[in-house]
Amino acid sequence: MLHRIIVVPIEVILKIAISGVLTGLVYGLMALGLSVIFGVVRVVNFAHGEMMTIAMYLVIVFFTALGFDPLVMLVPVSAVLFALGYLMQRAIINPFINRPEHSQFMLLVAIALIMVNGLLIVFGPDSQGITTSYSFDSFDLGGVIIDAGKVYAAFAALIVASLLFAFFRLTLTGKAIRACADNYNGALVVGLDVKRLYALTFGIGAACVGAAGTMLMIVTDVTPAIGPAYTLLAFVIVITGGLGSMPGAIVGGVLIGLTEALAGFYFTPSAKTMFSFGILVLVLLFRPQGIMGRKTA
Amino acid sequence: MKYLFDGVSRSALILLVFFFAALSVAPMILNDYLIVVLITILYFAYAGQCWNIMMGFAGQLSLGHALYIGLGAYVTAALYVKFGVSPWIGIWPALVIAGVAGAVIGFLAFRFGVSGVYFAILTIAFAEFARIGFDHFSWVGGSAGYFLPVANYTQNDLFNLRGSPRMFYYLLLAMAALAFILCHILLRSRAGYYWLAIRESPEAAEALGINIFRYKMYAVVLSAALTSLGGVIFAFFYNNLFPEQVFHISRSIELILGPIIGGIGTLFGPIVGAFLLTGLAEGLREIMLRLGVDLPGVKQVFYGICLLVVIMFLPEGVWPPLKKKLGLDRDSGGKGS
Repeated sequence: MLHRIIVVPIEVILKIAISGVLTGLVYGLMALGLSVIFGVVRVVNFAHGEMMTIAMYLVIVFFTALGFDPLVMLVPVSAVLFALGYLMQRAIINPFINRPEHSQFMLLVAIALIMVNGLLIVFGPDSQGITTSYSFDSFDLGGVIIDAGKVYAAFAALIVASLLFAFFRLTLTGKAIRACADNYNGALVVGLDVKRLYALTFGIGAACVGAAGTMLMIVTDVTPAIGPAYTLLAFVIVITGGLGSMPGAIVGGVLIGLTEALAGFYFTPSAKTMFSFGILVLVLLFRPQGIMGRKTA
Repeated sequence: MKYLFDGVSRSALILLVFFFAALSVAPMILNDYLIVVLITILYFAYAGQCWNIMMGFAGQLSLGHALYIGLGAYVTAALYVKFGVSPWIGIWPALVIAGVAGAVIGFLAFRFGVSGVYFAILTIAFAEFARIGFDHFSWVGGSAGYFLPVANYTQNDLFNLRGSPRMFYYLLLAMAALAFILCHILLRSRAGYYWLAIRESPEAAEALGINIFRYKMYAVVLSAALTSLGGVIFAFFYNNLFPEQVFHISRSIELILGPIIGGIGTLFGPIVGAFLLTGLAEGLREIMLRLGVDLPGVKQVFYGICLLVVIMFLPEGVWPPLKKKLGLDRDSGGKGS
């Protein structure tokens, strides 16, 4: 380039900010899964990001084998992850419900360790991605250019999140799950099958990461080693937004997505995580219950 | 020193002396490969012991101990390479810096009521922060790594920590033994009893008038500072440091596997865990070598399975049931010896 750009045009900043928000919505869906699991089962899913990388590799396998578009795979991948989450809760996590917190945590660390390195053994360490028919498409909003893939991904994430909200508000099962979250003993007394509802919840949380992972494959690549980073990201989002608050997860996701995009643009892409950790520290200091969280005693 | 022999049964003492004696003469019999394996074991035993002060004694789960390892490693290595400062002098700033890092994390967490899993996340966040920070810290090589001049193995220079694996072996043996004795004394001191009270029930401890903030801070700072010494050995033994490896979360997890598998809060747990885990991992490596399989990640999957099995079936770790088998628990010195 012959001349140095001193002033960044507003369109560029807007483009960065909007794509940050769009990616943030997908992050929000991922974090929503974590929030739902913690809010109901009271177990911190330390294998959350690793489960998402499993979903992402499923997308790659389906895409290379059958050529399915990620948007088509949204439902099957979520279903597979639902089954994975349901079985994990039933077989491994359920005996740990009354164990101390650190014990549950270490259990999931172990599961995460096995998942990351299992993927490493199967798929190798290189980063893999897919190219869809709309990978290079974009929308032009009055000079602000937005990737089409990101728009579709964010839109799909919003739909899944709304379905989840509706499920918890409107269906009997959803209400039963909320009852378990509110009062464990009360739920037992009125005869709810808490074990099954917990497994269902874990499955739903896993389905969220399944959907989020599928959507992320439209916009980014995956390596086995990225799992822990997504776990941390989900935690940062959930704590920022407010643990147990479903809208909080989405708000936190958007906030973190926006921060990362702008930090990556103004500083270096690898420094973006530092900024989200900075937000985490600030939130823990000044509003430990999170942006949308209710204050507890 | 008045607590040194408190609650130690004769049989435990005899066993301990034999164990230490065996480790002391081991390098004279073993080949270089096995010495390096033993160095790894002692390193994990030492670092695990340090982590145990925080989690096992005071009940604060840290998943970011790689931070303190890394700080100790980078501070002493940079002082040595840039200014020729002997690591024996370099450990003092390292201790202080790691201690301050621990104090900052502890202060942020304990002042604002961040505990349990949130605290664990905060410790991870700081370690990750350091990892990315050191990736961009070009003064010590950034992401390209930082290297110490490789030692001349024919001559041991203890003052500059340049020498053969045998030298590092004895150094680590001394460190692990001293950490063991220190933890034994700590558990029988006022602070130790306060920590256990805080671990079991912070509310009850506070109601009894224990300043839980102060004692949690003591645990974090002590654990952080001692852990950094492990980092010094790491730097001078391996001679290369990469932020991506030193500060990575898998390092933190590797470090805490020993005490968890051995038995959280016990003195022998970290040692037993380090022997078991490293021994089994090396055995696995040997088998894979024989079979001609070379897959990265197998060792980690194996670690994961070990952790899973122990957590599921031996929630207290390997040592407490083993201790019962050996008949060492007759005179109860608490959860200690």
